[in-house]
Amino acid sequence: MLQLLWLIPILPFLGATINGVLGKKLPKPVVTAVALGAPFLSLLLALGCLWEFAHGSEESFELTKYMWTTGDLSIPVAFLLDHLSAVMLFIITFVGFLIHVYSVGYMAHEEGYRRYFAYLNLFMCAMLLLVLGNNYLVMFVGWEGVGLCSYLLIGFYYDQPFPPYAGKKAFIVNRIGDFAFLVGMFALFAHFGSLTYHDVLPKIAANPALVTIPYVGSFSLASFIALCFFIGAMGKSAQIPLYVWLPDAMAGPTPVSALIHAATMVTAGVYMVVRSNVIYQLAPGVSLFVAIIGALTAIFAASIGIAQTDIKKVLAYSTVSQLGYMFLAAGLGAYSAALFHVMTHAFFKALLFLGSGSVIHAMSGDQDMDHMGGLKKWMPSTRLTYLIGAAAIAGVPLLSGFFSKDEILHSAAASGHWLLWLVGLITAGMTAFYMFRSYFLTFEGEFRGTHEQEHHLHESPPSMVVPLWILAIGAIFAGYVGIPKMFSAGRDLNWFHHWLEPVIAVPQGLEAGEHNVGPGLEWALLLITVAIAFAGIFLAWANYGGDKGLARGNAWAARVPVLHRLLLNKWYVDEIYDRLIVRPLAALSRFFWKAVDTFVIDGAINAGAFLTELTGDVGRFTTTGNVRNYALYFFLGVILLFWWVAFG
Amino acid sequence: MSAVPISWYLLLSAILFGIGAIGALTRRNGIAIFLSVELMLNAANLTLVAYARQLGSHTGQVIVFFVMAVAAAEAAVGLALFIAVFRQRHTIDVNRMNLMRW
Repeated sequence: MLQLLWLIPILPFLGATINGVLGKKLPKPVVTAVALGAPFLSLLLALGCLWEFAHGSEESFELTKYMWTTGDLSIPVAFLLDHLSAVMLFIITFVGFLIHVYSVGYMAHEEGYRRYFAYLNLFMCAMLLLVLGNNYLVMFVGWEGVGLCSYLLIGFYYDQPFPPYAGKKAFIVNRIGDFAFLVGMFALFAHFGSLTYHDVLPKIAANPALVTIPYVGSFSLASFIALCFFIGAMGKSAQIPLYVWLPDAMAGPTPVSALIHAATMVTAGVYMVVRSNVIYQLAPGVSLFVAIIGALTAIFAASIGIAQTDIKKVLAYSTVSQLGYMFLAAGLGAYSAALFHVMTHAFFKALLFLGSGSVIHAMSGDQDMDHMGGLKKWMPSTRLTYLIGAAAIAGVPLLSGFFSKDEILHSAAASGHWLLWLVGLITAGMTAFYMFRSYFLTFEGEFRGTHEQEHHLHESPPSMVVPLWILAIGAIFAGYVGIPKMFSAGRDLNWFHHWLEPVIAVPQGLEAGEHNVGPGLEWALLLITVAIAFAGIFLAWANYGGDKGLARGNAWAARVPVLHRLLLNKWYVDEIYDRLIVRPLAALSRFFWKAVDTFVIDGAINAGAFLTELTGDVGRFTTTGNVRNYALYFFLGVILLFWWVAFG
Repeated sequence: MSAVPISWYLLLSAILFGIGAIGALTRRNGIAIFLSVELMLNAANLTLVAYARQLGSHTGQVIVFFVMAVAAAEAAVGLALFIAVFRQRHTIDVNRMNLMRW
């Protein structure tokens, strides 16, 4: 079974090719069968491989399919299944397949049905390549592949003005991060001549090389590479300052937001950091930087999420915020906590996005929560699963988000970074607040939309509701693979932690820090976290619950008009970027276009052409076509020649 | 044998060449231009043989044969051209031969 590992990414690629090339000629049921069959076979294969791997004794399994060699460069196109890629493999194939099923219902009436599934299958291929590669280059191929599919799917509704713009924005912002990722890869290759994980990672500690950036300073090789990789992760995983593309990416179809912009692609940065954890442990400064950026992103995005009225925007900022949590954990050295949150987040955020998609489907495309309300009457399943998802992300005890978020906050406390812990704690409260605000505005109270919309309201078809329930079960129970020690009376039930032990070395600082937080303090911190989460939920209920939810909420927001306007307009970050970067860049480009290209370069060429033409215009008067004139020139020439010979 | 001074030959040659040159430049009749060109060639020939005699060398005389041969070939080609032109346009006025002008 493990020998078939390479088929897992190839199958969706075949599906994408069939639907992309031949889809026009195929009937719709065949398109659906291909689109669902490919990821389903991948899921089966992945489960088979995972089963065999989990029961085998090896720590990792590698499969080289091809050596890509040009000159000195020799990169294996090889697949790696170890404890880390196994987790990602499971998330991607499982959640990915569910979202494919959901899409069949959601996209049923869409024009570009087969185009959508071709892109979605291609995305599965790229994402699986990203996590299954055994070196950074294969990872990078997948990394760019998911970026491409993200661009294609954000701009799926290409006949409207905004989605293509959002797609371009996502692509360009990602390119900034990819540049740094490439530089990091170049540095690795320059020093070790290889990009394979098991070749490179053990050697970095022994390499004393310094990397000097002019005008900035010197870094150790590990710090430099860690920094480059993290900047790459900033782009892909939407961290400050490169997060701006993710909220706009909501212009794509909602299942895409669930799969790409919540569950899988945006966690690629976290996966990369965890995969490179050896490098990050050698770079404590960069790791702290990662944690600080993560914490800042978490609280910043959460604050924006509070004021949004578009249901998908709330979820988008929530995703950015949760990704911040993951980087907070990764930066603190709690790599397994980061990956644990990746997994639980994949379940509950995919669930929430699919729930919002179900709502939008029923609302005929309207995403504004101001027009919703009271939907629980029409959509009981959607409402219940959305509530489960909201409770899970808010950190209600014994749901999945509670365990993973608590582990992150615990590691912040254990490593002694109390300020980061506080930021995480406040963010947890805000998360609970904005999630339940969106829940109350959508499902509780009275319907506020038009009469026509009300007439159209309906529960979604089974192909959409069944994935919701499966994900809801995941959102409830996914946390039980990582039960903290304090819950199990000394017995170590943190299965997830043990699973990842072969690929993740717990850093010295955190291990020692465990003793900073005694059992009493640990329980106290846990209670504070839970209390904050419930306070957030209560605040949301107090202001947005009940029949007149929206009116009361708006009145509440009107008490702090300046803050509300700031949050509603996302702290004006897009406007600031526009003034500081986009417009100066456009002005510079215009300068090079108008002044340099049009005037200097074109001018020089045109001047040459003009001179030639002028010479011709003057010179042609001598070419009369009259033989006798030519004879005269000839004669004069001869006289001149003699003159020159005789007197010159 | 009293020698005619070489300057006389040269003077005659210069006069013949001048007449030829003026003729070639001023006449419009192709045949007349041709005659003038022949005149110039023979002026040059005269100079060559005069010097050959003066210097006691045969080289000049040999060159004259070459010039005469070339002139004969040129006359043949040139006259053929004029006949061809005349057949087309019924004139050999060189001012009317202006197909190639801009």
